[in-house]
Amino acid sequence: MTAVVEQPASGTEVKRDFRLIDSTLRDGSHAISHQYDVDQVVAIVKGLDAAGVQVIEVSHGDGLGGSSFNYGFSKVDEMQLVAAAVEATTNAQIAVLLVPGIGTVDELKKVRDLGVGVARIAVHCTEADITEQHIKMAKDLGMEAVGFLMMAHMNSPEGLAEQAKLLESYGADTVYFADSAGALTTNAVRARVAEVVSRIDVPLGVHAHQNLSLAVANSIAAYEEGARNLDGTSAGLGAGAGNCPTEILAAVCEREGIASGVDPLALMDVAEDITRPLMPRQQIIDRAGLLLGYSGVYSSFLLHAKKAAERYGVPEADILIELGRRKMVGGQEDMIIDVAVDLARRHAEREAAP
Amino acid sequence: MGLPVAIIGSGNIGTDLMYKLERSDVLDLVALIGIDPASDGLRRARDRGYEAPHNGIDWVAENPDAVKIVFDATSAYVHRKHNEVLQGLGITAVDLTPAAIGPKVIPPVNLGAHLDAPNVNMVTCGGQATTPMVAAVSRVTRVPYAEMVSSVSSKSAGPGTRQNIDEFTRTTSRALEEIGGAEIGKAIIVLNPAEPPILMRNTVFCGLPEGTDHQAVIDSVEEMVASVAAYVPGYRLKSVPLIEEGPFHTPGGVVPHRVVVLLEVEGAGDYLPTYAGNLDIMTAAALRVGEAIAHHRAASTQEVMA
Repeated sequence: MTAVVEQPASGTEVKRDFRLIDSTLRDGSHAISHQYDVDQVVAIVKGLDAAGVQVIEVSHGDGLGGSSFNYGFSKVDEMQLVAAAVEATTNAQIAVLLVPGIGTVDELKKVRDLGVGVARIAVHCTEADITEQHIKMAKDLGMEAVGFLMMAHMNSPEGLAEQAKLLESYGADTVYFADSAGALTTNAVRARVAEVVSRIDVPLGVHAHQNLSLAVANSIAAYEEGARNLDGTSAGLGAGAGNCPTEILAAVCEREGIASGVDPLALMDVAEDITRPLMPRQQIIDRAGLLLGYSGVYSSFLLHAKKAAERYGVPEADILIELGRRKMVGGQEDMIIDVAVDLARRHAEREAAP
Repeated sequence: MGLPVAIIGSGNIGTDLMYKLERSDVLDLVALIGIDPASDGLRRARDRGYEAPHNGIDWVAENPDAVKIVFDATSAYVHRKHNEVLQGLGITAVDLTPAAIGPKVIPPVNLGAHLDAPNVNMVTCGGQATTPMVAAVSRVTRVPYAEMVSSVSSKSAGPGTRQNIDEFTRTTSRALEEIGGAEIGKAIIVLNPAEPPILMRNTVFCGLPEGTDHQAVIDSVEEMVASVAAYVPGYRLKSVPLIEEGPFHTPGGVVPHRVVVLLEVEGAGDYLPTYAGNLDIMTAAALRVGEAIAHHRAASTQEVMA
């Protein structure tokens, strides 16, 4: 494998066997209910940038335009957060996520004006053909376009490869698949990566979640099968049981002799000193987190399900299992309310039965 | 004899509309116009005895007196071109794309408002399903912010929708404001590939300011659901409208409560099976608008003759 060689500001060559994209300020936003403020964004960007991270993603957890009743309102307008991130970075590029159907190319144009260099266009893993206008717009705006297939456990390796080829045909510079439900086992990741890289010419990336406690292992396996971009978040902050923790991934890579190009100790400091203090709860794999991976449920549903369980007096676990049974996909957070109301009604009917 | 009409666009929506027009007493379908002679829609049109040309808008230009209304079920981009031709010929366009050139019409809210307009826009399937709910809330209280989420089965979303998904969100969110009466509107659409396909689902959230009469909101929503169900029989509430406690920090300001309206639309199964309620709500609304235009013209003609 040829390593990507970069020329950092110091003049020394940093060897990189893959590119690390940090999503603490996007996927991590789910875990804090989209309550980031400017100071937190600036501190995290500076820490990650100094540690050698090349791409830092900043957006509402559900992507640009995600601030809503359905997904939760941002505390601070994401455009302000993106602008602050661009201002705070020295070497790293700032990226955004855009989910067609939630955000539009209008937001893409705005962030381009703010200085964002990478646009990740995210879509359910069977619906790649809705991203054409967004990928083309990202390219027209001079950005790197990343096509990002979510909920990869819901498509076969072959099906995923077909979708990846579509993204490539629209002009995506990089294609990703995301194990958004944290439901893929390591063998399932290997099969998907091997199939997709054999079918596309652009680099592949993998975004892992921790619901089955496999995020780091799956990321390493993805690398071994040919993925050349990996996602992580500081302290694993993210939807569900969390993401692949950047600092752990960096440490494992070093032990495995894989050049991550980032400094594990510096990332540990960011995780411990900046990220953990702002976390309302640690990223543990409790029953709900595990159920997401076990039932194949979109990780971002977790906190919304907790709220609905409280509001309608039904068990959170029952909500998550039912969402998996109904095959709900990313973006259908409104169906959490629907399920909770249904469960509450069924419960009441049982109580009333003689 | 009804008013002669044509449909342009032989995809899911155009073909579904064909079946609905077949049952109309006041509109006479002449042609289903496409561009692909092998399309399923054109084949069905031929089988049912309609003209089924595949030269697109050129057919209308070549037969300028054949029809008085053209229902356009192509795409927003294509409709802009079609509209120029139709306007030049004095033919009324009922636009089922999100192009939104003409005034938007949501039948239970403003059916009678634009009967003389040369082009009327049917917004989007999601807009037809949710704008009435926002209007129902805004007729009893101020709505500083409204939001809709539409989930449709992947199978029911044709290439036009897929290539122009931004047009859907833009046009729908504007309809929530302009016709629904929300100060700020937001629209979200999600495609779900589950098998068997999911029924079309729509959720409407409206921020409710301090002092809102919650029972009045619930009553108004239920009444409006009945108005829509009068022409889309499969349109129904999944539960009573829910009043949830906040506070919610919406772009229209902080509100203490929100109403959540969970809707389901089961289609009539005219073209695609019943899961595709998104086709029905659009085509049923367009049919209603076409018929209203026909009645309006018949009435005007009688006045002139009298």
